[in-house]
Amino acid sequence: MTTHPRPLSPHLQVYKPQITSLLSILHRLTGLFLSLGSVIIVAWLFSLAFAPETYGIFVESAHSLLGKAFLLAWAFCFFYHLSNGIRHLFWDMGRGFEMKNVRRSGWVVISTAIFLTAGIGCNLMYYTKASVLSQEQTAQPTIADVTYSVGTYSVTVTY
Amino acid sequence: MTVSSKKTFRSPLKASRGLGSAKDGTHHWVVQRLSAIALIPLSIWFVYALLTAIMADANAARQFVAQPVNAILLFLLVEAMLYHGALGVQVVVEDYIHKPCCKITALVVVKLGTVVLMAAAALAIGKIALG
Ligand code: HEM
Repeated sequence: MTTHPRPLSPHLQVYKPQITSLLSILHRLTGLFLSLGSVIIVAWLFSLAFAPETYGIFVESAHSLLGKAFLLAWAFCFFYHLSNGIRHLFWDMGRGFEMKNVRRSGWVVISTAIFLTAGIGCNLMYYTKASVLSQEQTAQPTIADVTYSVGTYSVTVTY
Repeated sequence: MTVSSKKTFRSPLKASRGLGSAKDGTHHWVVQRLSAIALIPLSIWFVYALLTAIMADANAARQFVAQPVNAILLFLLVEAMLYHGALGVQVVVEDYIHKPCCKITALVVVKLGTVVLMAAAALAIGKIALG
């Protein structure tokens, strides 16, 4: 039996990047990143309930530079996926399909996501500032008690 | 030609062929949207809770989860999120992994993993909320 090779779709590289296609793949990528995040959220809850001795890992990572970068990336993925998800739901109701509106809603979604992520960024920076400030206040040169605080809650870590 | 009393949009050919190569109806699509709609308020509430109450230390977080309303919302959030995420990752696997054995293995890992995570989250929230 002769087998015919299945037709290939044109290679992705021949397409000019456009806001429509870029945002489409970004919805998928952010969905995947959020799924990774959901595993971490469950691990965090599990640690809170059953393994309090591991809870420090979460607090410390949330304050490390890498942890903050991760949180910021998560925030962007979340805000993007949320607003683009709402855009999807409008399409599912049959609305907003004209090319002009597809592009326009795309720009609305990406600017909303960047704006809200910047808000979280400020919040995380405030986090760092608060810890640096209290570090200066504790006049101990070698061992420093660093107090992190968010709102009315605070935690003290001894280095 | 007889007119059937039951209104149907399907041709007899379509009816006899069933669902075709899709092998599935609209159920996956519908539950993906329903879980997305549920996640809009729940996830916004969760981000707000993270920023205001949870991220400080273990005691603050535990106190927060122990409140009955928070426990219920957190439970709904986590289960909806895991369900929606699993439905989504399933589609990604189906789109990109073509070798049948790899595909089936990946799908089973996603589904069983999701069930394990759902149970672990429910147990953890339950333990904190019930003391
Ligand atoms: C917070 C946790 C969330 C996770 C882990 C998550 C995960 C995912 C994943 C993995 C996909 C599959 C992407 C694809 O098939 O390309 C997806 C699709 C989708 N998500 Fe989410 N998502 C979350 C929140 C939301 C929210 C809040 C909305 C609200 C509007 C939403 C709306 C959608 C929609 C409409 C789709 C289908 C898109 C399509 O047809 O391609 N998601 N999600």
